[in-house]
Amino acid sequence: MLTTRIIPCLDVKDGRVVKGVKFQGLRDAGAPAELAHAYETQGADEIILLDVSATHEGRAHQIDTVRRVREKLSIPLTIGGGVRQPEDAGRLLDAGADKVSVNSAAVRDPELLSRMAERFGSQCTVISIDGARVGDHWEVVVRGGREKTGMDAIEWVKRAVSLGAGEVLLTSWDRDGTRSGYDLDFLQAVSEAVRVPVIASGGANTPEHMVEAVEAGADAVLAASIFHDGDWTVDALKEVLADRGLCIRSVAKG
Amino acid sequence: MNKTPEQVVIIRTGVANIASMLAAFERLDVTPLLTEDREIIADADHLVLPGVGAFGAGMKRLEELNLVDILRERLISGERATFCVCLGLQLLCQGSEESPGVEGLGVIEDHARRFSDALRVPQLGWNQVVPADADANTFLTEEGYAYYANSYRLKSIPEGWRGARSTYGAPFVAAIERGNTLACQFHPELSSAWGQALMRRWLVGNPARG
Repeated sequence: MLTTRIIPCLDVKDGRVVKGVKFQGLRDAGAPAELAHAYETQGADEIILLDVSATHEGRAHQIDTVRRVREKLSIPLTIGGGVRQPEDAGRLLDAGADKVSVNSAAVRDPELLSRMAERFGSQCTVISIDGARVGDHWEVVVRGGREKTGMDAIEWVKRAVSLGAGEVLLTSWDRDGTRSGYDLDFLQAVSEAVRVPVIASGGANTPEHMVEAVEAGADAVLAASIFHDGDWTVDALKEVLADRGLCIRSVAKG
Repeated sequence: MNKTPEQVVIIRTGVANIASMLAAFERLDVTPLLTEDREIIADADHLVLPGVGAFGAGMKRLEELNLVDILRERLISGERATFCVCLGLQLLCQGSEESPGVEGLGVIEDHARRFSDALRVPQLGWNQVVPADADANTFLTEEGYAYYANSYRLKSIPEGWRGARSTYGAPFVAAIERGNTLACQFHPELSSAWGQALMRRWLVGNPARG
């Protein structure tokens, strides 16, 4: 059976993990490589690393960061942030990414997805969509939610997949950072609209939220603060999720 | 006792990323040499056929590098250590639904087929791997979880090979082995400690096989 992936997400700015990370036993909790490795040891199924650097200079650290993370990490690594051309994705893949996610650049230039899929394969090409609820539908937002695009999120996800995206990273802009649970309606609408894997993001606070997300159609669940704040270790969370009946990769204690 | 080699030769198929594969060998204290040099590949004691990308592009590349015969002979004899990953496994077949009309290496009398449309494809994630007929002399000895990123697969373990299965909708071939050849549909290099252990067993080789 294919298991539900539990994915810690690290926001990285200028080569350092942002948001207060409280992690026991790390020499440097701000170093992406060390933190990612610690999550692997706990049983994380994948790591997503989003570069939120605002400047070109900040982004210069990105390749070096990916290289350092890859050296230690033997689980899949998805990188997002700053990819505008297939060449950008190529550099990240060469440095050690297994998948590359694109968000606002694909909104501006949807063909970016087909160029990436053609060159690297759909299994490397992740469409990241931030959606905000507007009445009875969801609208695509970009630039950290500051800019509404007027695009219908469900139509966009269908188009992105038809262009070659092999996975959807779906973030509810309304729920992100609120810890009030994933937007289950959004998740269900998207997972019914496409036949590629969907990663739920935005709002996770409890194992129950993750069970609900899987019931709504998610193939993987992403969380950040509940791990970074030390509320849950990945293995403790997985134990609860397995007890609740989810198919989970168990990690032998060693 | 056998030891791990100092070096493995990885065929530069050039289609996509293999940084994870390089990093995994480095963690095992083996130097990976990424090359398209026919002589080096022909002489390699430990050879890796990595696989990301499409079946047709992969075969085209092997033909351009004039490696088809070398690989076919090597894989049919199974004497020297060869490790095929993901598409690398599918290339052993006669062909694939992914690239109709393109002839594969033909070491296995079968075709790679796409997963059912009822499933989410590609299969992305961790699936349980269950060895079908393991014994003390097989590389695939223990059950575990492995990471997959594939849309195509083999349905049954070919005759004359041993293997392991996973289930996605229906059972499919997780990995096969014969002699010193190990071919995995999943990505051992991305399968954490379990994957590293499997790679190490392939590197060390089995004393019983010589």
